[in-house]
Amino acid sequence: MSGPLGNSPRSREEGAAPPLLEVKHLSVSFFTDAGEVQAVRDVSFSLKAGEVLALVGESGCGKTALCRSIMRLLPRSGKIKGGSILAGGADIARCGERDMEKLRGRLFSMVFQDPMTALNPVMTVGEQIGEAVRVHRPRASRREVRARTAELMELAGIGRPWERMDLYPHSFSGGMRQRAVLAIALAGEPAILFADEPTTALDVTVQAQILDLFRDLQRRLGTAAVFVTHDLGVVARVADRVAVMYAGKIVETGTAEEIFYDPRHPYTWGLLRALPALSKGRDSLYAIPGMPPNLANPPKGDAFACRNEYALAIDYEEEPPMVQITDTHSAATWLLDPRAPKITPPLGGEARGG
Amino acid sequence: MAGEVLLDVRGLVHAFPLGRAGSVRALDGLSFQIERGEIYGLVGESGCGKSTAARCVMNLLRPQEGRVLFRGIDTCDPRAFRAGRRLLQRARQLIFQDSASSLDPRMRVWELIAEPLRIQRAAPPRGSFRAEAEFQMKYVGLDPGYLDKYPSELSGGQRQRVAIARALAAEPELLVADEPIAALDVSIQAQIVNLFKHLQAEHGFSFLFIAHDLAMVEFLCSRVGVMYRGRLVEEAPAGELFARPLHPYTRALVSAIPIPDPRRERARRPVEFRGGELPPGGVWTEASPRHFVLLEGREPL
Repeated sequence: MSGPLGNSPRSREEGAAPPLLEVKHLSVSFFTDAGEVQAVRDVSFSLKAGEVLALVGESGCGKTALCRSIMRLLPRSGKIKGGSILAGGADIARCGERDMEKLRGRLFSMVFQDPMTALNPVMTVGEQIGEAVRVHRPRASRREVRARTAELMELAGIGRPWERMDLYPHSFSGGMRQRAVLAIALAGEPAILFADEPTTALDVTVQAQILDLFRDLQRRLGTAAVFVTHDLGVVARVADRVAVMYAGKIVETGTAEEIFYDPRHPYTWGLLRALPALSKGRDSLYAIPGMPPNLANPPKGDAFACRNEYALAIDYEEEPPMVQITDTHSAATWLLDPRAPKITPPLGGEARGG
Repeated sequence: MAGEVLLDVRGLVHAFPLGRAGSVRALDGLSFQIERGEIYGLVGESGCGKSTAARCVMNLLRPQEGRVLFRGIDTCDPRAFRAGRRLLQRARQLIFQDSASSLDPRMRVWELIAEPLRIQRAAPPRGSFRAEAEFQMKYVGLDPGYLDKYPSELSGGQRQRVAIARALAAEPELLVADEPIAALDVSIQAQIVNLFKHLQAEHGFSFLFIAHDLAMVEFLCSRVGVMYRGRLVEEAPAGELFARPLHPYTRALVSAIPIPDPRRERARRPVEFRGGELPPGGVWTEASPRHFVLLEGREPL
């Protein structure tokens, strides 16, 4: 194989292995009638092989735009304005559509929120998975395609695949449909799986099963994953690392433990405090006041300042720098500046050791 | 039981035809009661009949068997319905999940909020329809600056507030909310749930709250009914239900609630419930005061 996949991403060298995916200073804008909407603003992060990264934030914060720009699946109005996306040593932000087509499905593939709209209702599930298999193995015989389809269905946790591959999506339950979508996504043995709210449309009882399946696949195949979600319960279950996004920027990133037990950014505090689990026995839930800013015209300074009860005067003037707290944990808030007044965070620490 | 029963649902059965394949029983003998001033939560997996129940309660669907009594009026009886029509249409209002599709995109916010009053041909209590809309908007925490906006110009949380203001405009007694927060962000969900709680505690509205987010249901609801395949398998005050679930299905549901704490969440092993093992019949038993559970046959607790 040629191009960015030259050195196999599946190999798991220890320590010095370069990240599978490295996004540097990526900016993405949508050019709409209302003007330029800066959906992703100077985002940098990296993903190691076999790692699960969760992107968390409110709708409109740029989570989906970020994933789609990495896969280069932006609508025509969306443009990568700057920055680079390094995967396997090449910058895919500058790849042409023909090169991207070779990468999609192999380097990365995507699982969408609603399995019913992702599947074609008039094709059997087996045909749809087989279609993906044939893209990656154009010379496979009919029998080989069916065998690989069964293998993929089994991998995605669909029992009795030989009977079920001739069924249509409507006879599958929501969880089964999402497994079928996953089987399609896995057909090209991708190194990275992008999952955009993959369990939001599912029942809680099914949700845990699908999340465990993701973790299991990641362990068995070494597939790295980027999980886009607004559900912190989902994050707690699957993520190794978490990136919290607000108004097109990553405002805090760290391991799951760091984000849940020692959050530093006021927005992360707000997200965690809004959970009903933390308000048990109280009269009202904590709600972050106000609304996310309009990204057609982002405010000066810290975009979260006007909703932040801990905002300092400088927040309205200048954007906070990303401050490194540990090797893995950093947050963009002026509260971490040595000159900032000491405040008592509203949460953090209490769950430790629990 | 202390309170006055506002809504009494008795033995609802509703089946949807599936062509040659027969039919599917969405409701299979569903019964529950809502007292005035309480928030009653109805939970269960998708396809268990929650939304069908809401539609029957609102008379959008006619159940094949059973009765829905609202303030003692049998709403499934055409004659009784016609006699109490004005009351029934005013006193029960529905809030849908997706306010982007439930609000007419070509109407302005104030027109949307005042529309139920217009339809009722009621004189606006505060002078004009516009003043009425403004009042309701303040009530649900919306800035009156949005009066002349269209739904597409609002955010999801604001639109849902418009839908709630619209439901409140007719001064209802019972609000039926079918997954009203499922499409909203966490922080906006908290705002809407706080609003519901405020409306119930301060203004005495009663709610039928249908949701699949069990953590929110536990926080918001006074009593919760757990539905499985078209009927209740358990019903109890919210705190009691989540602390001591008795039915195997409820146990599975409660054990599936995600915990926003990585160590505890990863250690959590959900209890499995093999679907379909629920035999017909069963005895509706009061296990402890106000805590009911559907027991199979003569099996002891």
